[in-house]
Amino acid sequence: MSKGVMRPGHIQIRVMDMDEAVCHYRDRMGLIETDRDASGRVYLKGWTEIDAYSVVLRQADEPGMDFMGFKVVSTEVMNQLKQELIEFGCQVEVIPAGELNDCGERVRFDSPTGHMFELYAEKKQTGKWGIHPKNPDAWPEELKGMRAQRFDHCLLYGDDLDGALDLFCKVLGFQLSEEVVDGELRVAQFISCSMKAHDLAWVRHPEKGKLHHASFYLETWGDVLRAADLISMHDMSLDIGPTRHGLTHGQTIYFFDPSGNRSEVFCGGDYTYPDHPVVTWDADQLGKAIFYHDRVLNERFLSVVT
Amino acid sequence: MEQATKFKVQDKATGAFFNCASNQSLLVAMERTNPGLIKVGCRGGGCGLCKIRVVEGDYLTKAMSRKQVSVTEEAQGYALACRAYPRTNLMFEVVASSQQTD
Repeated sequence: MSKGVMRPGHIQIRVMDMDEAVCHYRDRMGLIETDRDASGRVYLKGWTEIDAYSVVLRQADEPGMDFMGFKVVSTEVMNQLKQELIEFGCQVEVIPAGELNDCGERVRFDSPTGHMFELYAEKKQTGKWGIHPKNPDAWPEELKGMRAQRFDHCLLYGDDLDGALDLFCKVLGFQLSEEVVDGELRVAQFISCSMKAHDLAWVRHPEKGKLHHASFYLETWGDVLRAADLISMHDMSLDIGPTRHGLTHGQTIYFFDPSGNRSEVFCGGDYTYPDHPVVTWDADQLGKAIFYHDRVLNERFLSVVT
Repeated sequence: MEQATKFKVQDKATGAFFNCASNQSLLVAMERTNPGLIKVGCRGGGCGLCKIRVVEGDYLTKAMSRKQVSVTEEAQGYALACRAYPRTNLMFEVVASSQQTD
């Protein structure tokens, strides 16, 4: 049951060439560049997002995810959850307000899978981009590329899935919405802090702390096909799609940013409520669970992570 | 339109080769003309699946993940084919990627 964690609020992604990365996330995916900071980080958001940004790009010599942040309903909730994270055994660090532009204090903690996460309660709200808050029109005409609407979720690869599930469900109030099981072993888990089929997911993998993809929401299947057209027009690195997932049933396409981080744009998909039973897929149906039409996994989907 | 110069890029072990323009990455040229010679992952210098060692010839590279190609390795001719651009004909060896050998 909810403990006050609202939504995935931001992800900081490492990129090796900032100009190429900005071209990918801003001009191709259609995120809005909203800010840059003194250390050279670039801030972007999907146009429907209320907060000032959801994607932060940081130049580094290897790709991957620095951290993923969740917005909570209040500072009181953040401080309460901080205590519970410490009691659970997490390494917890408080990041001062302003370390990310226009963001309040953040509580950073590690996961048994080696990933870094954050909770925060305050971030400047600039409203939906390009439309008036009162009597709002349907969408702004100035959008570029795939016109991604919002940062939606991440799929991460790591080892201790059971530990991560305990942490997110018991401490942070998430629920397990979907899973893939191989006998007794859960090899993939999809968790939610909302009505979405997933706000965060993991696949079991021997190495800790890996990013499989950062995912962004589109409105329609037509938008997914249009994204596929743009990937060809600009000779972008395609992974697979357009297709549908068995897990969550979302309609999707996967591709890579110029540093090798995988991106997804998707639409549709299932929903969940706190009383919904967990949707289970058997590992021997993994091909269909991941790619519902081909029913075969490509090796790249399982092995290529950053 | 001026055509970019094409170079012959050859796998030392098998003798198989493909042609690659100076403005094309080795991996993309390989995918278009002789697929299968080198494994294809992210095509962005991140995952290490397309790691090769160039044993003969000159090339330029764009940024590659330091986790996949160290400074020492880079000096020894190791490169990710997706980030390498030929300047002469090349001879290369496929290297098992660090992700596969971990």
